Amino acid sequence: MTTPLLEIENLHTYFYTDNGVARAVDGVSFSVGVGETVGVVGESGCGKSVTALSILRLVRPPGRIEPGSVMRFEGRDLLGLEEREMQHVRGNRIAMVFQEPMTALNPVFTVGDQIGEVARIHANASKREAWAKAIEMLKLVGIPAPEQRAGEYPHQLSGGMRQRVVIAMALVMNPALIIADEPTTALDVTIQAQILELLADLTRRLGTSVLLITHDLGVVAENCTRVIVMYAGEVVEEASTVDLFARAHHPYTEGLLGAMPRVGGEKDRLATIPGTVPAPTDWPKGCRFRDRCPYSWERCAAEHPPLYQIAGGHTSRCHLADEPERRQHPHPPLAAQRGASAA
Amino acid sequence: MSAEVFAPAKHVRIGAHPALRALARDSRARIALVVLLLIALGAVLAPLIAPYGPEAQLDIARLHNQPPSPAHPFGTDKVSRDVLSRLIFGTRVSLAVGLGSAALAMSIGIAVGIVAGYLGGAVDAVLMRLVDAALSVPRLLVLLLVASLWDRVGIVPLTLLMAGTGWFTVSRLVRAETLALRDREFVLAARALGTPTLRLLVRHVLPNVLAPALVAAALGIANVILLEAALSYLGIGLEEPAASWGTIIQDGADSVTGHWWLTVFPGLAILVTVFACNALADALRDAFDPRQLPRGTTDALFASEA
Repeated sequence: MTTPLLEIENLHTYFYTDNGVARAVDGVSFSVGVGETVGVVGESGCGKSVTALSILRLVRPPGRIEPGSVMRFEGRDLLGLEEREMQHVRGNRIAMVFQEPMTALNPVFTVGDQIGEVARIHANASKREAWAKAIEMLKLVGIPAPEQRAGEYPHQLSGGMRQRVVIAMALVMNPALIIADEPTTALDVTIQAQILELLADLTRRLGTSVLLITHDLGVVAENCTRVIVMYAGEVVEEASTVDLFARAHHPYTEGLLGAMPRVGGEKDRLATIPGTVPAPTDWPKGCRFRDRCPYSWERCAAEHPPLYQIAGGHTSRCHLADEPERRQHPHPPLAAQRGASAA
Repeated sequence: MSAEVFAPAKHVRIGAHPALRALARDSRARIALVVLLLIALGAVLAPLIAPYGPEAQLDIARLHNQPPSPAHPFGTDKVSRDVLSRLIFGTRVSLAVGLGSAALAMSIGIAVGIVAGYLGGAVDAVLMRLVDAALSVPRLLVLLLVASLWDRVGIVPLTLLMAGTGWFTVSRLVRAETLALRDREFVLAARALGTPTLRLLVRHVLPNVLAPALVAAALGIANVILLEAALSYLGIGLEEPAASWGTIIQDGADSVTGHWWLTVFPGLAILVTVFACNALADALRDAFDPRQLPRGTTDALFASEA
């Protein structure tokens, strides 16, 4: 791994709701190196997006980043910054690309205006300079006739072009890190590949690090050097992309890989992971994946697994690292048994 | 680039906000706007239109309390002033108080609503409980209490008084709207780009709460015109000899049956203005409502069923 740009240690983000404390992010640690693209994968509700918002300190009450969490970025402690200093980091040093480009753009302003706004905020650009910057950025993200497009409103553009605009906004200040939260989920399959290619190409040329949040392991395989698998507010496995696909350790990662469509696959139906992510107000004791796991045994109920070192740069939060022979005896997961008896 | 190839090469520039176009298609709105424009024009051109000055006493001996006649179509009052002229000049006062206080109330209401809605928490709770308390006291009662501190009030104090008691509902509307906006993704995106809070509120929240505030303001104008008339009628409105619709009615209040022209004509003016304001507010609300189908769509649906 290269020099770390962003280091997160023991991040806890809790939401204090009427139904109890939702521990959406519950002790997450990882780092992103300079120029590196790191993938974060997991199902909906496992804490990926809250992690992203926490990094930019955009979590609103009743959500709160708990004391003891540490986030270092470019050598600075993000949690120790004043709100004004944090505003200077947002959009300038760390930018975010959102999932849904239609709703991430303000419907009442032209796209040129919205791209230029970033330069107006952070570079103190005049209206004219901001507009010129907007056209330059539109050109950079491959939008034809940028002078004309700059004067158009978001609803006049196609979904793919809108996401190009959002990427252009993120790149205006040439940030060190881009957090892309499911940047292609809302797009057509044909456009998804283009957008990812564009993002990969631009960030490679500009030397930008990327934290790519997705639930699509195919996207990870093509774009990321390293992968962090999240489940129930925790990191459950971390490995290089090659390692993860060749030697996935955690049963949850195995399940995700099994649920991926493969060219030449024999099965008619994709495998699924039975059950759903438990409620963040009430994480199970012991291993949080226990109910859905085909290998779980007594120890999993009693003891919360630590992150075991599997190999260099490969960690997994599963007791199988300690007792690998258990992998020989899979059984139907508890969630599947419950589902069968209920049906 | 497959999907983008199919995007229309020539994009149609929209000239106006979709809501404005919807408004232009609405016949209610058109009639209301024409009526209000005519009234406003009358107010502006009052010195040119009105046959006499508003306070000119024509002939105190022979021309007092005259019923409508060709020379004085709306009659004269007890001090021989031409009622038509007073009505035309009174439009200035009534409209000024109405528009001025509505604009001011809208501004205060928007500011308070946005601050409460965006900041939330204790600020929101305190502001909204204050608004609750203010709303629980009848507005006319407050106006009566405050206005009775003076013998009669001037136009500016009256406008301020109306604005000061008129912003509560606007602030609640705007607060609700801001709460919804706060969690919209483009607001989050703007924050993620480092937009300072004030800029965020002005650029991303304000334009999106203007619509409901405008509707409330249109209703507010009607309300203020009625309240001004009521205050004047109760004898604690604008100071003499200023002519407003309310003060003319007050002049004829002693003998509604005998000198009916003193109450009927300004009464009609109030009726028409209030009606137009309410119609405009209705049309505005419909125009800004995204769920509203384009006019004619429902007719077409029913036609196909028949």
